[in-house]
Amino acid sequence: MTKTLYDKIWDAHVVGQRSDGATILYIDHHLLHEVTSPQAFEGLRLTGRSPWRLGANLATPDHNVPTQNRAAGVEGIEDPIAREQIITLDRNCNDFGIRQFDMTDPRQGIVHVIGPEQGATLPGTTIVCGDSHTSTHGAFGALAQGIGTSEVEHVLATQCLVQTRSQNLRVEVTGRLQQGVYAKDIVLAIIRLLGTAGATGHTIEYTGSAIRSLSMEGRMTVCNMSIEAGARAGLVAVDDVTLSYLEGRPFAPEGELLERAERYWRGLVSDPGAEFDLSFELDADELKPQVSWGTNPELVVDIDGVVPEPDIFDDPEKEEMAVRALKYMGLEPGAPMTELRLDRVFIGSCTNSRIEDLRIAADLVRGRKISSALKSAIVVPGSGLVKAEAEQEGLDQIFSDAGFEWRDPGCSMCLAMNADRLYPEERAASTSNRNFEGRQGYLGRTHLVSPATAVASAIAGRLADPREFM
Amino acid sequence: MESFSVHRGTLVPLDRANVDTDQIIPKQFLKSIKRTGFGENLFDAWRFIDEGEIGKNPNERKINREFIFNDPRYQGVSILLGRRNFGCGSSREHAVWALFEFGIRCVIAPSFADIFYNNCFKNGLLPIVLKEEIIEYLFGLATGPQALEVEVNLETQRLSVETADDIPFEIEPGRKEALILGLDDIGMTFMHSDEIREFEVRHRESMPWIFSHDQT
Repeated sequence: MTKTLYDKIWDAHVVGQRSDGATILYIDHHLLHEVTSPQAFEGLRLTGRSPWRLGANLATPDHNVPTQNRAAGVEGIEDPIAREQIITLDRNCNDFGIRQFDMTDPRQGIVHVIGPEQGATLPGTTIVCGDSHTSTHGAFGALAQGIGTSEVEHVLATQCLVQTRSQNLRVEVTGRLQQGVYAKDIVLAIIRLLGTAGATGHTIEYTGSAIRSLSMEGRMTVCNMSIEAGARAGLVAVDDVTLSYLEGRPFAPEGELLERAERYWRGLVSDPGAEFDLSFELDADELKPQVSWGTNPELVVDIDGVVPEPDIFDDPEKEEMAVRALKYMGLEPGAPMTELRLDRVFIGSCTNSRIEDLRIAADLVRGRKISSALKSAIVVPGSGLVKAEAEQEGLDQIFSDAGFEWRDPGCSMCLAMNADRLYPEERAASTSNRNFEGRQGYLGRTHLVSPATAVASAIAGRLADPREFM
Repeated sequence: MESFSVHRGTLVPLDRANVDTDQIIPKQFLKSIKRTGFGENLFDAWRFIDEGEIGKNPNERKINREFIFNDPRYQGVSILLGRRNFGCGSSREHAVWALFEFGIRCVIAPSFADIFYNNCFKNGLLPIVLKEEIIEYLFGLATGPQALEVEVNLETQRLSVETADDIPFEIEPGRKEALILGLDDIGMTFMHSDEIREFEVRHRESMPWIFSHDQT
């Protein structure tokens, strides 16, 4: 029988069936951060349970950490409640013996950046984390899913997750990306096509020539936003790009073990003729830079488009959603997107804070200045190692010369749990993943874009088409 | 976990699609390391006109009179009627904790986001999926001069309202049993400890690279 990639990974991890009919699925790796883990550790303490397999876990603080004045360490965190949450992660990791890259560790960073960077994210494995963007790791042909805190506790205690099999959805991205168009534009266009719930109950496999030509960083950007189409996981089949990325990373296998692993990993592709429950196609040749205009990630238009009329939606529920979004975003239908003036620009997040993102952004801004009309423009690298690599290449200097602030790693303004945020009615171009009401700050207005579009917009002081700067 | 078998309460209709967990409980409240204390900030940016912060006295907040939760008809509600893709976005279980602590025991919608749906069952909150036309019908009943009273019977899988026929609903048998008995999810999986151990031994043999850094 032919199998999809998802089916192969699922089948290789089935432990058995519970009496309630749910499947017990073995979890190979578990990533933890400070926000969704404290109550899970508390649960273990209350029931006298301990982690099943310590070595499966890797923790790092990311959501809350400040992106400035990091030399002062945990004591330097001004917000006492945020500080307590980070100290709690330290304490929990020490008490239970879990490996952590703490706030002062040079390897600290956004959990979805450090897993792959360390080679802890391996093809064919099952990975979970109490964070919906865990889908990022699917770029390696790993089944990676976001879970709630009760499930974090469940995985800590039993090394398993209790689930039912999802359905298979394929998105084939044909053709090749044109200049100024990137992985972020692919995934925004996919969510625009599928809708925010289009992939609910499904795992998405991204296939096609445009996906195959992406680097691992680009594939991670695409898989990262699978959840924004409702999918719990996204996948890209293993190929040479995957294998060469993994070579020499600290947690990846070496020598004979690597050879054996690679023989298995090479088979992590959907069989020819494998059946998908749903299939979609997108043509990369025709794709332009994308930008969100509304308050969820399906409300997206081409950068050279206009703010749409709500009645483009046939469905009254969607029309009402659009009306509400226009009001919240302070927009008039018909206005060209590139006329929208910005207050802030954010380059970062688990979607777009890897070295390739920073290189693309730096290349475009080199020798230019960002608009003086902006209140702030920040670049937040995804990890301490990304930061170090960028500094070695001189990217920090390029950003600083242009007027960007160069920060320390963390989730930062993607969800504004730390000090980096929008203030009421401020408008931002952001390389992050969610434009929900208040996501980047109370009453803040977010436009989701690629790093290149963010840079072009920072230079122009308004949303701008990166192709005009190339 | 609190068990759920039959619940009677009033219903609040929240007429918005794609209600995301960032709205259900905004991020500034996620800094808590506890499972409690989220109820008073449920739908914070919609229930109040001023910006919510941890520790702000709820009695000094500015109420948004236009938001349905602040309508005098819908005080003391325990059932939430929603629209498509309820609970989308972030995996934060704090959203379910906030709903539960506020007093919500059941959410009825045409569809839910996967992670939110799953989180509900871990906390004794019953999510019910009904067809669009039945949801539409319930919205009609719920927006009268008085809040609609509903009985949710999980045992018989029926919703009862005074003025209409009972509405049947579907639920996976395993999830139903766990809710009715208030079963400990981890405890249920622990009954399979031997199987997990045996699987792990086989898995370690066939994919040793997964375990190669367990001790370092």
